[in-house]
Amino acid sequence: MMSGEIIKSLIVPAHPHPVLCPEKNEGWQRVRDAFDEARKQIEETDADLIIIYSTLWPSVIGHQIQADPNPEWVMVDADFHDLGSIHYSLKIDTEFANAWNEANIARGLESRTVSYQGFPIDVGSVVALELLNPGNRIPAVICSTNVYSNRAETTVLAKACMDVVKAQGKKAVAVSVMSLSNRMFTEPIKPEEDRIHSLKDDEWNQKILEFLSEGRLEDIGQLSRTIHDQIRVKKVVAFKPMWWLSAMNDNRNDLSGNVLAYEPIHGAGAAVVVLDPESNGTGDKEYDEDDVEFYGGDRGVLDSAESKSNASPSNSGPELYDPVEGKNAVNTNKAPKPVGAYPHARREGDLIYLSGVGPRQPGDNSIPGGPIKDSNGNPLNYDIKAQTRAVVDNISRILEEAGSSLDKVIDVTSFLVDMDRDFAGYNQVWAETLGKVGPTRTTLAIRALPTPIAVEMKVIAKI
Amino acid sequence: MAKGSIVAGCLAPHPPHLVYAENPEQNEPVSEGGWEQLRWGYERLRESLKDVDYDVIVILSPHWQTYIGTHFIGVEKCVSKSVDPVFPNLFRFNYDLTIDVELAKAIHDQAKSEGMSVKMMENPDFRVDYGTLVSCHMVRPEWDKPIVSISSNRSLSYYSVEVMQEMMLELGRSTAKAIEESGKKCLLIASNSLSHRHFVTETNPPEDMSKEHITSHAMHLWDMRMIELMRQGKSQQIIDEMPEFCEQAIAETDGGALTWILSAMGVPSEPAILHGYGTIIGTGNAIMEWPCRTWGDE
Ligand SMILES: [Fe+2]
Repeated sequence: MMSGEIIKSLIVPAHPHPVLCPEKNEGWQRVRDAFDEARKQIEETDADLIIIYSTLWPSVIGHQIQADPNPEWVMVDADFHDLGSIHYSLKIDTEFANAWNEANIARGLESRTVSYQGFPIDVGSVVALELLNPGNRIPAVICSTNVYSNRAETTVLAKACMDVVKAQGKKAVAVSVMSLSNRMFTEPIKPEEDRIHSLKDDEWNQKILEFLSEGRLEDIGQLSRTIHDQIRVKKVVAFKPMWWLSAMNDNRNDLSGNVLAYEPIHGAGAAVVVLDPESNGTGDKEYDEDDVEFYGGDRGVLDSAESKSNASPSNSGPELYDPVEGKNAVNTNKAPKPVGAYPHARREGDLIYLSGVGPRQPGDNSIPGGPIKDSNGNPLNYDIKAQTRAVVDNISRILEEAGSSLDKVIDVTSFLVDMDRDFAGYNQVWAETLGKVGPTRTTLAIRALPTPIAVEMKVIAKI
Repeated sequence: MAKGSIVAGCLAPHPPHLVYAENPEQNEPVSEGGWEQLRWGYERLRESLKDVDYDVIVILSPHWQTYIGTHFIGVEKCVSKSVDPVFPNLFRFNYDLTIDVELAKAIHDQAKSEGMSVKMMENPDFRVDYGTLVSCHMVRPEWDKPIVSISSNRSLSYYSVEVMQEMMLELGRSTAKAIEESGKKCLLIASNSLSHRHFVTETNPPEDMSKEHITSHAMHLWDMRMIELMRQGKSQQIIDEMPEFCEQAIAETDGGALTWILSAMGVPSEPAILHGYGTIIGTGNAIMEWPCRTWGDE
């Protein structure tokens, strides 16, 4: 398996000034110079894909991914048409676009590709590719922003994208095209009069850039709702590009950030920021928002003609029990509650025997990777790898409660409800985790498990 | 020179589904039809305007969104292809239209003299927005009248519905004055839906009418209320209730077109004619006509 990754993340502004008239204002020129510097940095890497999430391409029917191999047209900005036109001819990685679309659907998102002659590529994407990737040195892919989407959906969009980055072994550059504060002057201004629209906008922009320069991308993700309220004119329902970019970077807070420029463009906050995946050495910070693997949200909530269930699937299934206390029993609230009267584990001599462990999460009972069916029994797509990882994590927590640990596991019996579909994914996670410890293993295909999960393991370990 | 006049005002919604369903030669995608109630509504509007003599169509569309004031196309010949970025599967329309630059400039100048932020769009590469194209095509598929294309100033995003309306009321008055002074007979079009909450999934085919309905009861109630107010000639009440309507029905009137057209017609107390109502991917759409030509001189 090839290992793809995000080798660089960028935040770039959306207005056409740095392309069409940087010379008219020193600040616009500095933004242009920063674009050029970012381009050089990309050229020094072995990047083979540029992924653009553009806040200037809204969509209604889920997310749209550009899949025309060579979109070509002339772009004129709706407001700044007097600055001139930008002729564009882009090279799109259609194979990636199609795979991303499929990955979106596999993770429960509404998604489609678009490939039509004359499609109006948005100004932000045109500007970004024109300046970061002249001559189409690297193929690109462009994704829309859904007007109704919120964090869970935007996060899953990024995870689906990363599924493909990894599967295709891409060295990808992720680009969020956006303004910081987006309030422009509502009157024409002379170029030399340009400034950030208000002191408040400027202060917030500075704060955002301070976080980004410290590599705290996820912190900005978590501030996005506040930023939207404070300094964003409500052209769209939420400020989402940081959610996408953070999820593209495993929601990390210890990236190496570098602000290359911050200037006003007609009053809006225009910044060029580069984030490298190397840890800045500060140590990662806690990630405390929902980490959604699979979108099962409210997309059909208004569509009464559809009989889609919106019940939380993770709450369906059998009644839960408090683990049975008793001689030698080992129980912990860090593991999911049992579905019958039994303990999490039991000590005998220097061995510990675990009851079957699934991926359900302690507390909210949710299933990482998503449940295998909804409460009406309709099959759902799910991520076996995420489920398997969650099983191993649960095992680890029970063992630690007993004073043991994962590296003392001696025998495992695994149960899969769909051997054909899931064995490979399960096996891969096994190899990365328990496979390195080296217990004996038996894997069985079974018809069903009591909760809507796809994998369970029965473990014996030494204390 | 005789005074110019407004022969009629129309509320003419622009979901590209309507042109898609009509299968005109200009549009690339091919459909089996669909949204007949609305398309027959447009047919009734065209029938009503059949013998009406006018020189120019003046239209305000929310899909040319400008944040720095109101803009007017100032290029006489516009020939290109418009692909809807949201529904590119439905609307890829080859257009060839003429702009009445003289009247556009006259409205621009009048509005400017009233202190409004305005700008002429003179870039020949500019593509006409799909809202303008859909509404104009449905109202006048012959494409034989010149057009004045006015952008939607998104002052709502920056301030409030109230401020947006202040500006659109002024733009309406400036439009009426410039038309009067031009000596031209004009058809005015407000290009927008009413309630504007979409479904976020699309049926296959998109024209599967078994899945077409309003997104919620509240949206239906608001649409019916607005239609009834228009039918009763209660224009001022529409303007008064606009903030609530925009907020609660996520109405596309937030682009200012309806307020602008009511103002240009002098906030009429005469009733509008309902030619049709229907939903498109969940949004509410009414085709209305204010037959100003029949109202006589005040
Ligand atoms: Fe619209």
